[in-house]
Amino acid sequence: GEKLNSVASKYTVSDTQTTFQKATNWNNFYEFGTDKTDPAHNAHTLHTRPWTVELSGLVKKKQTVGVDDLLKYRPIESRVYRHRCVEAWSMVIPWDGYSLSELINFAEPLPSAKYVQFISKVDRSQMPELPSGYDWPYSEGLRMDEAMNPLTLLTFGCYGEVLPNQNGAPVRVVIPWKYGFKSAKSIVKIVFTDKQPKTLWNEINSSEYGFYSNVNPQVDHPRWSQGHERRIDTGFLPRTIPTQMFNGYADQVASMYTGMDLKKNY
Amino acid sequence: MPTRFLPYAKVLVHLLCLVPLFVLLQRYRSGALALDADPVSTITHFTGNWALWLLLVSLAVTPLRRVSPQLSNLIRFRRMLGLYAFLYATLHLATYVFLFSGYDVQAAMDGLRAGHPGVVWENFKLIWPTMLGDVQKRPFIQVGLFSWVILLLLALTSPTFVLRAMGGKNWQRLHYWVYAAAVAACVHFWWLVKAGVRTPWKDTAVLAVLLGARVAWKALDNRRKAGLVASRAA
Repeated sequence: GEKLNSVASKYTVSDTQTTFQKATNWNNFYEFGTDKTDPAHNAHTLHTRPWTVELSGLVKKKQTVGVDDLLKYRPIESRVYRHRCVEAWSMVIPWDGYSLSELINFAEPLPSAKYVQFISKVDRSQMPELPSGYDWPYSEGLRMDEAMNPLTLLTFGCYGEVLPNQNGAPVRVVIPWKYGFKSAKSIVKIVFTDKQPKTLWNEINSSEYGFYSNVNPQVDHPRWSQGHERRIDTGFLPRTIPTQMFNGYADQVASMYTGMDLKKNY
Repeated sequence: MPTRFLPYAKVLVHLLCLVPLFVLLQRYRSGALALDADPVSTITHFTGNWALWLLLVSLAVTPLRRVSPQLSNLIRFRRMLGLYAFLYATLHLATYVFLFSGYDVQAAMDGLRAGHPGVVWENFKLIWPTMLGDVQKRPFIQVGLFSWVILLLLALTSPTFVLRAMGGKNWQRLHYWVYAAAVAACVHFWWLVKAGVRTPWKDTAVLAVLLGARVAWKALDNRRKAGLVASRAA
């Protein structure tokens, strides 16, 4: 894809990086099919230009910004994050973007705004494989402090290139201490709310997909242990490694959850 | 089918049943499998699918035979099909044990090459607690394992001399459990897919038709017998 000019960031882990091939051919992006190899085959039908993101809800002034303006708004950083899927596989991916907090400050939310909701694109004509039985559009959300955490990345690219469609082009978020489904792809709308927003997987099955969904090896998914993960990087077979609390980002995020029972608020 | 073609047909069915395994090995050797982000997942689904499909094919034998007397020879293939279903189910289980659960295949291979076969067992002991936890806590694994155990028992009792030793009635009673194995395999499939995914519906529909055909046959048969009794009484 098209190259992005980015600068190296201090938010870079030293784990072996997943190959571009694997990271772009193994995706959960149900709008393009429910198999993990479907999005790579099907997502080419998504038009990523023109593309706008609506900033609405509890903001000083509702506005719509073009993705090219967002790209130019702040310098793009290259950050290497661990990416942990709730299905117990993980990757290490160099993402390109800047902290979501920059955009939130630009949006000027009202003091009453406590949560941020991300709405993804849904368009049947561009998504012929769109499965029924889901409450489209895809929706995810964060508490305001989580959204403002510098680790939360407004992401335009990976591996130094603009995002491939299957990875959530043209703009997505990446929240490295949470299970991957929290990191909404192909965002068209960001809504500021005073109540915890509805999120797609949580609505479908709240016992398997909590609102917080922080990576937590002590809280098992009902169908498998979360104590370990299968790291997909460069080898033929994924390696099984222990999962770290908050995916190894406890230093930067644990303080946001002090006093909370993380077994209840999974 | 004329009886003289049977040996050729058997060779053909053997070969057909081995094609999926050959395809998988070929994908490994050509490097195509290595392009998959998670080849283990591919192998797991591939072997699991073929186990279920062959099981369904073996369950189709009896209903098909009833369609026409010319198909009655199909019974000669049923054991073979069932055994191949067991083969793929065993490969599926082995994939879970050796590739999925974190078993250090590389270390085991290195140990074997260096002449320390004990390493194979040592590595197995490391993953044993995880697997035990899986079996205790995860219903989809329990039901899958249940299905495999049934297939194992059926495979062990499949030779003709075992049938003779058991006696036809006992053998038949045990082999009716194949229905439980097939149902359990479908349930295993439904329980492992994410909410909203309906991939297993086709397999489930085929199983429903095959079981339904048996129920329908049984009902017709009962009516026919009742009719016979009635006409005799008259």
